Amino acid sequence: MSATTTTPKDAGRKTFLLNMGPQHPAMHGVVRMILELEGEIIRHADCEIGYLHRAFEKHAETETWNNVVPWTDRLNYVSPLINNVGYALAVEKLAGIEVPERGQFIRVIACEISRITDHLTCVGASAMELGSFTVFLYLIKAREYLYQLVDQMTGARITTSFTRVGGVKGDLPEGFAVKFREIAAKVREAIVESDKLLTRNRIFMDRVDGTGVISKEDALAYAITGPFLRSTGVPYDVRRAHPYLVYDRFDFEIPVGTTGDNYDRYLCRLAEIEQSLRIIEQALDKLPSGPHSLHPREMKHAYELEDMGKAGKTELIEKYAAKVDQTLEGMGKDTFGVVRAPNRWATLPAKEQTYTNIEGLMNHFELVMWSWGIKIPEGETYDAVEGGNGELGFHLVSDGGDGPYRVRCRPPCLYIMAAIPLLLKDTMIADVIPTFGSVNMIAGELDR
Amino acid sequence: MSADAIRGERRDVEPARCREELAALKADGYNVLVDMTCVDHRARGRQPRFDVIYRLMKFDAAEGRDLGRVEVHCGVDEAPVLRSVMDLWPIADWLEREVWDMFGVRFADRPDIKRLLMYETFEGHPLRKDYPIAKRQPLIGPMDGNKPNSPSFNILKPTVTGE
Repeated sequence: MSATTTTPKDAGRKTFLLNMGPQHPAMHGVVRMILELEGEIIRHADCEIGYLHRAFEKHAETETWNNVVPWTDRLNYVSPLINNVGYALAVEKLAGIEVPERGQFIRVIACEISRITDHLTCVGASAMELGSFTVFLYLIKAREYLYQLVDQMTGARITTSFTRVGGVKGDLPEGFAVKFREIAAKVREAIVESDKLLTRNRIFMDRVDGTGVISKEDALAYAITGPFLRSTGVPYDVRRAHPYLVYDRFDFEIPVGTTGDNYDRYLCRLAEIEQSLRIIEQALDKLPSGPHSLHPREMKHAYELEDMGKAGKTELIEKYAAKVDQTLEGMGKDTFGVVRAPNRWATLPAKEQTYTNIEGLMNHFELVMWSWGIKIPEGETYDAVEGGNGELGFHLVSDGGDGPYRVRCRPPCLYIMAAIPLLLKDTMIADVIPTFGSVNMIAGELDR
Repeated sequence: MSADAIRGERRDVEPARCREELAALKADGYNVLVDMTCVDHRARGRQPRFDVIYRLMKFDAAEGRDLGRVEVHCGVDEAPVLRSVMDLWPIADWLEREVWDMFGVRFADRPDIKRLLMYETFEGHPLRKDYPIAKRQPLIGPMDGNKPNSPSFNILKPTVTGE
């Protein structure tokens, strides 16, 4: 409570200003809200962002095309894989590189896992803020199983850096489909449990039902996309409107709400988790087989392969696969051309090539060297994917060099946060918590 | 739909006519301002220096269908003033604030513009190509503006800093 002011309109009625944030226990993210209160009613709200600005766009201009990928992990850090894929797709569009089919399927699987973790976090955290700590624990436990899956696939839980220009880091690990089915059952169980605990719960409904209402028109005026727009009854989803990767081959529904309140957004998110699980199941069924797990080969260390190469035993090299460090797994010859585009100007050669012959070594070296690397033709493009919160777009400008000239990220939650003052006007101060929770504001993406 | 439907057709407009053209597009049914950004062409020596980009979408709210997009480019020079479009699309308020904050492109016919991501006392516009990435200012470095004597601050790629 910092100042007492009198609004000119109704002189005599006292309003006062209340600062919420930047560091507030109920704000999951660093954001400041300035509320002008009349008693418990918010007469005017203002939102100040930028506390987590880390100059993503500026830094991206100084990096090479592939080196920007780790930066994109830090945008929406609860669904990093979608950011990785979104950025890589935009670069590939500019360069005209086509990713092999298996690589595209793997990207879809990665994106959908991330979407589930995003929604689980959002629902869990906002339930916790409304007092349902049990739901939070159930959902975060389910998320943890998915993170384990992501860990197996990418080598990291959150900072995944999974995509490369022209493909993904590596193939799916062995036994991935089986592991996924086990985990999907656990996620479904958690959803059912939280559904039982929350959906018809009086205490929860009193807080979310009919609060934070946004109309269709307002949502469009603020260019809001994602679950927030869908909760108002508009079935817009980038996966359906502009199918990218292989999304047009899957059967999935777009859950929509009716009233655009916090309750609808909660229901939309729960329903979308189920749809994402369905997409992954279909993707795993339809996954074009790669030779990765079909031809088990004898593994040799890099130095052994190197010696064979030096001794001129090139026919032997063909028989073996390189034994690599865990972080390089899936970069052997069996996956080259299967999950990465067979384009020697854009994708790293198979590890066996790098280790055994000079052409492979030079190819690798040129691609990772400063001011050499991948050259993307001069031009400008925009591409978007459906992120956890809506349309995640990348506008890229290339001057023909080895790194981007300009990267613009369209962060979906910026648009929702811009509408927050509108949503909070003339509501009770207690409604800030469920409304803000349903935004799923991720400061990493909002402030870049 | 064509392969590049998500980007849409590119249109170039004069800065003086920018608002009129956008208003005409809105009247034509482009009801969503999907994105607004800017590119600084200084490092490439192009004229005019800045390219302000408006991305519009014709949106069918009942079906949730995207009926087409358009990318409006407006080339503006140093110390430019564009007329605000925040009365057409309220989201333009924040997007114009960001473009002003990052590039210093000014907008007229709107309430006081405030920085969106940087803080009030920050000097300069960080996404301009002539803003050095290693530059320190109070609040994002020591108060005197000098680089602190720590390795993580001093190891910078020379190509980046231009030092």
